[in-house]
Amino acid sequence: MNMDTHQLQSEKVASFISNLQTTSIQFPKERIELAEKVLSQIEFPTSRSEAWKYTRVAKIANLTLVNGNGTTSNLQYTHSAQGSIEITIENGVVTTITGDLPVGLTIKSMHDCSAFELKELGQLVPLENEIFSSINTLYLQDGLFIHVAANCIVEKSIEVTHHILGANQLANFRNFIIVEKNSKASLVYNYIETEGTASFVNVVNEVMVGENSSVYIDKLQNETDGNFHIETDQILQNKNSNFTINTITLGGSFVRNNLSIAVAGTNCETHLNGAYVLEDQQHVDNHTTVDHQMAHCVSNELYKGIIGDKATAVFNGKVFVRKDAQKVNAYQSNANILLSDNATVNSKPELEIYADDVKCSHGSTTGQMDEQAIFYLRARGLSEKSAKQLLVGAFIGDALEKISSEKLKTEINTILLKKFGWE
Amino acid sequence: MIKIENLHASIDGKEILKGLNLEVNAGEVHAIMGPNGAGKSTLASVLAGREEYEISEGTVEFNGKDLLELATEDRAREGLFLAFQYPIEIPGVSNVNFLKTAINEIREYHGEASISAKDFLSLVKEKSKLVELDAAFLSRAINEGFSGGEKKRNEIFQMAVLNPKLAILDETDSGLDIDALRIVAHGVNKLRSAENATIVITHYQRLLDYIVPDFVHVLFDGKIVKSGTKELALELEEKGYDWIKEEIGAI
Repeated sequence: MNMDTHQLQSEKVASFISNLQTTSIQFPKERIELAEKVLSQIEFPTSRSEAWKYTRVAKIANLTLVNGNGTTSNLQYTHSAQGSIEITIENGVVTTITGDLPVGLTIKSMHDCSAFELKELGQLVPLENEIFSSINTLYLQDGLFIHVAANCIVEKSIEVTHHILGANQLANFRNFIIVEKNSKASLVYNYIETEGTASFVNVVNEVMVGENSSVYIDKLQNETDGNFHIETDQILQNKNSNFTINTITLGGSFVRNNLSIAVAGTNCETHLNGAYVLEDQQHVDNHTTVDHQMAHCVSNELYKGIIGDKATAVFNGKVFVRKDAQKVNAYQSNANILLSDNATVNSKPELEIYADDVKCSHGSTTGQMDEQAIFYLRARGLSEKSAKQLLVGAFIGDALEKISSEKLKTEINTILLKKFGWE
Repeated sequence: MIKIENLHASIDGKEILKGLNLEVNAGEVHAIMGPNGAGKSTLASVLAGREEYEISEGTVEFNGKDLLELATEDRAREGLFLAFQYPIEIPGVSNVNFLKTAINEIREYHGEASISAKDFLSLVKEKSKLVELDAAFLSRAINEGFSGGEKKRNEIFQMAVLNPKLAILDETDSGLDIDALRIVAHGVNKLRSAENATIVITHYQRLLDYIVPDFVHVLFDGKIVKSGTKELALELEEKGYDWIKEEIGAI
């Protein structure tokens, strides 16, 4: 009897997926079957689960959402000699790809990919106990297949801009990025929500970084109030590779980032940086994992946040150093400034070390704006507003300056000036 | 310049200033001396506008304005400058960046146009020479990693750039070796003019060998109990503060 109850699909999950259209993308069959199986048994996570202790998903579970399956899209590939490759996504469907692709670089909508091209799709993404990745799999609207051939240095940045139009949209999207050996690629993901309300962006990124290759990703999450965003990144680094990701969260009512990097080769370098500036009742949760499996690697993690009003930030950073990962240097730091008495931070840096010859450190600080510093600056003639602007800029500056895209940096500065009313 | 009458100030319910009177005119240098706990730094803090202090009585008139009604930044914009006893470090905010913002906000307050990048640069260069601060310091974060002497020189450098009407030097000599003391004093002396005034708060007479005051006041138990000329400072150096205590006790 108990067994039967357990096997029954949760009512909440059943209702959540009832209006969704199943994917028409050529996923490997076993991934689809696994996603179906998971969704037939799983429940939405509660705060009883360690990974969701400080982040409640009830508001997402209660949404009534629709998704298109992308088959009606009218994708335009346009040539252009501009300095970057620009891709537009609307409600999780690729609508334009503009720019001249250098030899060796392939960018396609997943709808235009063969089963052969997608034969490894989903391999890096665990589905067991992962309701959102399973939904992303079974109901995926569209995705980008980005392939960089061996010995190909892509100088142009690949800029992917997401828009949500309309209400109650579920935008499942996936980036499947394979960078073969001795290559380089830089990507910018920009999430802006022009007219979306009560919508949920559910993105999965799979990135394979080949031997001697470098991948840079800058991400700006700036959706409007009243929208939800969950992003799951699964990265695999092969030997002698470099991977850098910068995650900047400024907008959206609810953002959860699951960033997981498996460093599976020797001599790798990994940089993960983040910044979040929150107000009103925003909730942002960054869960990161760096899994050092091999020796002679370096990882550096820096997340900085400014939390105002009744906003909440969660940081959970895990670093594993496996038994074979000798001579690893791993650093992790999370620092927060609370601007109001009602702002909250839950910060949990974690280190798990099984090797015996490593250098690791982690730290977390949370404080208020330095009143002494504000007074000092005011005593020199600066208004309180200017003083705070300088201090906030200085605090978050070292996380923001890691962003590779100058264009994105400028955009972020403009947003911050508006956000604080500093213009 | 500034006229302080019957000033009473307390912090956490404890009265520190108990009816202080002081008048400083343009062109004058006044030294305020006194034992620990007399209220010297409280006076500096109250004048600069620290909000922790409660003013229960008294008035402070600064160039015709009610100083106590002005916000900290407006006091600075009206020409009051406090050289801090313990200048704090502000990581990430560069000296030049913040000074430029300060100058422009002060100018805006007076309805003047912003300073040009060129003028600002030459001003900064000229004034940094005054206190022998290397130009490399200026692009560094405020006081970050500075030695005690460098911090104090940075205070005087900022004073030179902002060109205040009234400068209050709060224990600027504390923690300085003799060379740094000479540099700081030289800077202050160079900035003296018939239009501005300086209040030097100090524990020791030593600084007054270099910055020679027109008047010396003894602050004791929240009041100025004795005033005189620079000779008073020498007398204090020689005899300490006990004889003053006895004098008051005798009254």
